[in-house]
Amino acid sequence: MPLLWLIGIVLAIAVAGYVIGRKRALDSAGGDPRNLHSLPSYYGSNVAMKVVVPSVLVLLVWLIVQPIYVGSVVSGALPDRAIADGSSRDLVMAEVRRTADGLNNAVAQGIMTDEEARDMRADFTDVTQRLKDAGQIVTSEVTQPILNAAQQFRAMNATGAIAMAIVVTLLAIGGLLWGLKESEKDFRARNTVEQGVKALLIAAASIAVLTTVGIVLSLIFNTYEFFKLYPWYEFFFGTTWSPSFSGRGGSSELGIIPLLWGTLYISIVALAVAVPIGLFAAIYLSEYAGPKVRAVAKPLLEVLAGIPTIVYGLFALLTVGPMLVSVFGKEGLGIMQSGTAVMTAGLVMGIMLIPFVSSLSDDIINAVPQAMRDGSYGLGATKSETIKQVVLPAALPGIVGAILLAASRAIGETMIVVLGAGAAARLSLNPFEAMTTVTAKIVSQLTGDADFASPEALVAFALGMTLFVITLGLNIFALYIVRKYREQYE
Amino acid sequence: MTDASMHETPRKSSIHTIDARTKQRNASESRFKAYGIAAIALGLFFLVVLFVSIVRSGLPAFTKTVVEVEFTLTQEQFEQAESQLMKTGAYQDLFIAGIQSQLDARNIDVQADPAALERLLGKIGGDIRAFYSENPGMVGEPHVFGLSASSRVDGYFNGRVTRETLVDSRFLQASDLDLVDALFEAGIIKSAFNWGFITGADSGVDNPGGAGIGVSVVGSFFMMLVVLVLSLPIGVAASIYLEEFAPKNRWTDLIEVNISNLAAVPSIVFGILGLAVFIQFMHLPQSAPLVGGLVLTLMTLPTIIISTRASLKSVPPSIRDAALGVGASKMQAVFHHVLPLAMPGILTGTIIGLAQALGETAPLLLIGMVGFVARGYPDGFVGGFVEPNSAMPAQIYTWAARADASFYDKAWGGIIVLLVFLLTMNIIAIILRRRFERRW
Amino acid sequence: MYDAPHYTERDVAQTDTKISAKGVQVYYGDTHAIKDVDVEIADKTVTAFIGPSGCGKSTFLRCLNRMNDTIDICRVQGDILLDGEDIYDRRVDPVQLRAKVGMVFQKPNPFPKSIYDNIAYGPRIHGLAKNKADLDVIVEKSLRRGAIWDEVKDRLQAPGTGLSGGQQQRLCIARAVATEPEVLLMDEPCSALDPIATAQVEELIDELRRDYSVVIVTHSMQQAARVSQKTAFFHLGNLVEYDDTSKIFTNPEDPRTESYITGRIG
Repeated sequence: MPLLWLIGIVLAIAVAGYVIGRKRALDSAGGDPRNLHSLPSYYGSNVAMKVVVPSVLVLLVWLIVQPIYVGSVVSGALPDRAIADGSSRDLVMAEVRRTADGLNNAVAQGIMTDEEARDMRADFTDVTQRLKDAGQIVTSEVTQPILNAAQQFRAMNATGAIAMAIVVTLLAIGGLLWGLKESEKDFRARNTVEQGVKALLIAAASIAVLTTVGIVLSLIFNTYEFFKLYPWYEFFFGTTWSPSFSGRGGSSELGIIPLLWGTLYISIVALAVAVPIGLFAAIYLSEYAGPKVRAVAKPLLEVLAGIPTIVYGLFALLTVGPMLVSVFGKEGLGIMQSGTAVMTAGLVMGIMLIPFVSSLSDDIINAVPQAMRDGSYGLGATKSETIKQVVLPAALPGIVGAILLAASRAIGETMIVVLGAGAAARLSLNPFEAMTTVTAKIVSQLTGDADFASPEALVAFALGMTLFVITLGLNIFALYIVRKYREQYE
Repeated sequence: MTDASMHETPRKSSIHTIDARTKQRNASESRFKAYGIAAIALGLFFLVVLFVSIVRSGLPAFTKTVVEVEFTLTQEQFEQAESQLMKTGAYQDLFIAGIQSQLDARNIDVQADPAALERLLGKIGGDIRAFYSENPGMVGEPHVFGLSASSRVDGYFNGRVTRETLVDSRFLQASDLDLVDALFEAGIIKSAFNWGFITGADSGVDNPGGAGIGVSVVGSFFMMLVVLVLSLPIGVAASIYLEEFAPKNRWTDLIEVNISNLAAVPSIVFGILGLAVFIQFMHLPQSAPLVGGLVLTLMTLPTIIISTRASLKSVPPSIRDAALGVGASKMQAVFHHVLPLAMPGILTGTIIGLAQALGETAPLLLIGMVGFVARGYPDGFVGGFVEPNSAMPAQIYTWAARADASFYDKAWGGIIVLLVFLLTMNIIAIILRRRFERRW
Repeated sequence: MYDAPHYTERDVAQTDTKISAKGVQVYYGDTHAIKDVDVEIADKTVTAFIGPSGCGKSTFLRCLNRMNDTIDICRVQGDILLDGEDIYDRRVDPVQLRAKVGMVFQKPNPFPKSIYDNIAYGPRIHGLAKNKADLDVIVEKSLRRGAIWDEVKDRLQAPGTGLSGGQQQRLCIARAVATEPEVLLMDEPCSALDPIATAQVEELIDELRRDYSVVIVTHSMQQAARVSQKTAFFHLGNLVEYDDTSKIFTNPEDPRTESYITGRIG
């Protein structure tokens, strides 16, 4: 556990720094804390901060950069002849990594000595068999170039780990000396520590931005790779979705239109279930229900929102699907082939969205000022007339916003459609047919055996990009409407 | 028009008689109200159907059918069996003969066909031999063996397999069911609580009966540990900055917009992020709870930040003013006074965020936690983070995606376990809120 | 218990009694908000309710068209008769009652609709217009009665929320008038308005007296003196004194009334 040890060493130095720094500051003030600028603990914290922050930062960066650097060096050193036809450099590198891991584990279990692992030659020793005996997963015969590369990989990583340990420890000690030098009674320790803490707070807040950047970059980068292999106009305007499973064959047709249609259709069915039920439930709860009914019904409805989507997926696959088949299937109306269909997924997704629509609408209806209702009652309107003609029109923008948010949920929902909607991409109007969605295909393209560099896998990123842009647009628009609406009554 | 025309028909109607129009309006009022009640009733109906189907389909996963037979192996039989070439076969024959004699003793007229028993119980000779070679002292003594019946026998008892639907196969034949019924009458076949489901590991695709959720619970536990350790401090730090220190500038606006948008980004997109950044770019191990935890952390952070900011906001400014008034720095005011007061709210929000993360499946599909057969518990604490494992929702998905319908019971059972965890977390959150709720 | 002054039959006998309340008690949950109030409100008269904040004058006003029904915890006891019929009778539909007893609120509350639709709302729900032309006539007439026609006749389709505060309040009065009520209740109709708008509304109230019985709640004694013929003084849920406005302001019988109008309490 060299990494844990290293972190332990840094922390130990930090603790020592805290104690010594505090003592030094106190000594410089003649043992009387009142002569210090700040409380003694701030001097200690200052030292500890200077030990931990730079060294841990370097440690993190090192941990991220080293594998990338080592990978590219080893990959560059791979001779071309080591890459078989139909394979790629990335695949060979994966093999190299596996072999290196295998060697590491074999050494760790004492099956090989370190020297053997370093100097072994594939032509002389039966490496593959020995690794297999050691319980390592080796997919193909380990060839000499791969073994060489794996040995180089191991060596570089080992050197890197030692260098990292040295650099990090030195930084920690340097920080310790720097902090101790500052531990002087006139030093403004509190201000320094607070500046440091504030920097940490800002860094934490910036993680949200980093996440978005990460999402956007990983989507853009891979989508770009995909469009290098597959023409963008065929992706956006193609009406057939039939990826070939052979891997790198050019026979795949990857048109997004059928997937978008499936997504849209299922979302429409879901909203057709969720919006009326959710809206009427919200109206009843906020305008009619007494406090007791409200106290029971509202949390119960919200339970539906707390149930994980995998549960809904299973519910669609095993309960709702067969139920619909018994009514609409061969024995019933004969218009439904199998349990997985647009209707199944849409219905279950609608159930999931009921509390989403109802609690958002509830908030929005409650934000309509009571004066508005009083004005209507004062004119002799009934409750329902007031709701239909005064409250709902006043709340309309907010409700539209809520429905848009629900639509964005429906479009991005994955588990229900993966389990309940089927896998066939088709353009059809029959809601009892199986269709598939953008999210379901992202899952199937990335969980299959396809090579990550193939268009069949990369298309998932283009799908993800489309999904991200659509939902982001819907969310921003919906939040804008809801916010505008709130301002109107505040 | 003059004012006089307005009163050409003075409406001096009595308010004690309801006119036709009012009746009509009241009828429409009742209809409208009925729609509302119907909507609520429908919503609650769906909830009930959902729970009934979960409980009904899930409970069988917690029981298993065991064949309990008292069996005595004599010293002679032991030596004879050990001397044979097919030792386990010999044990099996002896055992089946034992069952047969018990059936005869109870006057039950059924032939315990060895092949049928093998279909019901699997190859049991090995288990029996292992028992006697571990406990040689038991030879000659009576011992009650509890052997798990195959998952199809389970299915027969909970109604999934019936005589009508059964298709004869190498797994089970219709004639075997007579034997099962006879054994059941004799009290040899019983239902027992299936501890293996709660503590066990996933089995392969061919052994639904032996599949358990225990290992993936551990996987989920390590993932939640990662989420908790990362998202609580980061979320609280980010909220403190945004709520207490952030100046009003472009960067803060950008952060705010980002947080509200990230809260609504589909979870599958976080999975893509995890795949591209953590696995492809940083080469972290696939299927590891560490990676799952990182992805779920990024997903949960917006939720935690939003609820934390709400609890920080609910601490009245007078507290801050009081602290600043006695000469505390802004940082001290926040950390010594505001944060402790906001802590119950923060913890409640964090638990709810964790519960949400615990049930999330889609991102886990992309980082390889599905399809991986979690066969054993991780070695030690560090192994828990980096060794490939499954997680509860991913395990449920894996079972649901398998072709064998016997796994569906397991999937529903897994859902019950998952929901029990979620329920516990939510109850803790509610108790925390009730206990520490403060009205200013 | 306070001995109610004998505002004698003589004072109200001059005109017909429109609303007559006897022994009215109102409870909000456990709070006894209105204690045993008797009052007779005359037709074609402006009656003002005055008193310090929280004295129950608005609560009592809201009993007169059963607006308190919309508040769950509110209970009303006693008799309130409109033209001799009990409005809390089981057979009464509050919806029908409120068509006869219109109400204008403290804060102008136009609906988020056009000016035209604001006025047309009442006639539409009560089915007062046979056709569109009929409705146009009602709208114009009501706006004229609300003394706002000239200001809005060119923009009837503009949103009612876009008007100024005083215009909004006159729009709300016009809206109440459009359902042809017999009684108009006004709950501090000028408290959210500036002095000029207040003057316009007060002028309008005086106009309305010709056709309706108007009941106005106000916290401004000057306003009560200016617009009303009869004044009732409420204090702590009791009706302290009820008489001709001139009498109340010049020669009150009860010491509490005097304290209030001279500014010592309230």
